[in-house]
Amino acid sequence: MKITPEMVDYISELSRLRLSDSEREKMTGELEQILAYMDVLNGIDTDGVEPVSHIFPIKNVLRDDVVEASFDRAELLRNASWADTETFLVPKAVD
Amino acid sequence: MNWEVVIGLETHVELATKTKIFCSCTTAFGGAPNTHCCPICTGMPGTLPVVNRMVVEFAARAGLALNCEITRKNRFDRKNYFYPDLPKAYQVSQLYLPIARNGRVPIQTEQGGEKVIRIHELHMEEDAGKLVHDPWADQTRCDYNRCGVPLIEIVTEPDFRTAEEVVAYLEQLRSTLEYLGVSDCKMQEGSLRCDVNLSVRPVGSETLGTRTEMKNLNSFKAIARAIAYESRRQIELLEEGKRVVQETRRWDENKDATFSMRSKENAQDYRYFPEPDIPPLELSEAYLEQLRARQPEMAQARRARYQRDYGLPASDAGILTGQKALVDFFEAVIALGAPPREAANWMLGELMRRLKEEGQEPKSMALTPGTLAKLIGMVSAGRINRNTAVKVFRAIFPDDGDPEEYVQAHGLEQVQDAGLVERTVEEVLSNQTAAVADFRAGNVKALGFLVGQVMRQLKGKADPQAVNRAVSERLKQPEN
Repeated sequence: MKITPEMVDYISELSRLRLSDSEREKMTGELEQILAYMDVLNGIDTDGVEPVSHIFPIKNVLRDDVVEASFDRAELLRNASWADTETFLVPKAVD
Repeated sequence: MNWEVVIGLETHVELATKTKIFCSCTTAFGGAPNTHCCPICTGMPGTLPVVNRMVVEFAARAGLALNCEITRKNRFDRKNYFYPDLPKAYQVSQLYLPIARNGRVPIQTEQGGEKVIRIHELHMEEDAGKLVHDPWADQTRCDYNRCGVPLIEIVTEPDFRTAEEVVAYLEQLRSTLEYLGVSDCKMQEGSLRCDVNLSVRPVGSETLGTRTEMKNLNSFKAIARAIAYESRRQIELLEEGKRVVQETRRWDENKDATFSMRSKENAQDYRYFPEPDIPPLELSEAYLEQLRARQPEMAQARRARYQRDYGLPASDAGILTGQKALVDFFEAVIALGAPPREAANWMLGELMRRLKEEGQEPKSMALTPGTLAKLIGMVSAGRINRNTAVKVFRAIFPDDGDPEEYVQAHGLEQVQDAGLVERTVEEVLSNQTAAVADFRAGNVKALGFLVGQVMRQLKGKADPQAVNRAVSERLKQPEN
């Protein structure tokens, strides 16, 4: 699959990444290589093989519905790049 | 041209678990901002979600009750989007393998018939946080208390043709989920939210028109009005030769209209992929069998039982079983010994009237079953008459007052003194000579008047039937 610079622009916008011209060029080539590898994988006969979304042989990892103390708010907010005493802050984001 | 309206619904329901879907923080409503949070639900790097067992159980039980096929091998997926209501920049949901599919919900139509609404799928996901946009500064405050609260999203096929069908389905859905106990379905608190997909097409056409999606519908009334408005808007556009734009529209309750929401660019490109942090979830047949065995008696079965065993009319049984709060109340009142028909009459009459007057929902009223049972007991023991009981009920309803105390405080106890009743009858008859003569001349209506006069004299506190008897007896005696 041919990756165009416009596709890279679209993906970087969805990912909220700002790329310089040289980075964009580099990404275009790298993405194309990655997708070329997908073509290799697509060539493998997987008839009758169940799709795997998780590589370990575990399933049904569940917990009981029991309330535990939440985290200290001040401590949580200390991890934010921007906060007041009660909330996380972000630049105004009106839907 | 005649137009047909085609509607499909997406309903989000908050599950009534104690903890969030992937962490042990409480799901309690309210709370100071970000005090029901931890590193998992605030999306801190390096944290791992662990699925709440009860979420799976509630979702599977809802799926079973909506006659769905349950997916045995479940998986979660990431729905990626950047909006600060989700701190991880993705929502964990189920796209490829939803827990339930292909359900059927029968509803009663306006014409009294039955119609089946097909359920496309039901899946589990996490709720988002609350954003408050600061009006004075260029900032948005994020409160993640609701973030990670478990939801099920129930998606129907486009099977509705009228607002009435939509409301009938939602009432049925709400009742089912309440009976199961999987959600409290409070629309005001947002635990049941509805998006309406609507399009119109010429009658007879098989292809669907372009649809719009309406959001912000937080009452059945709003849903019905939004459907009426949006169908009209689309029909007018098409009749003017214009076209409908596929978009999301917000219902504005105050303006009674829908408005286009500024569409987020590329908003629909969610780039779903399997959630690698959650191992697959397999539901065994034995597990599902055990859930099936525990399903409660649902509204339909109970409606039939009330008609059969208590002799309630179909419509009364329908209203009582329509809401879990009502049916629980009814069952509790009769468990306390009140005759079922009497309890039903009180609930469908005075109780519904008072709820309407107070603008209250059954689930939020203060009145307890014990109070109504006590009041009914006082009437059947002849301590107060029915008219007085209505007065007492109206007064004690808002604060669940004690009927006994109210009757004593206001001196409403029925006159039990037969001698006093007799003396009063004597007195009234000797004063109302004209009416007595009327009666003797064959005017039966005069009896009612005389009984009324005696009741008035006794300040309404006598048993009207006893007074009636006493007056009739006395009138049968020869004139003296």
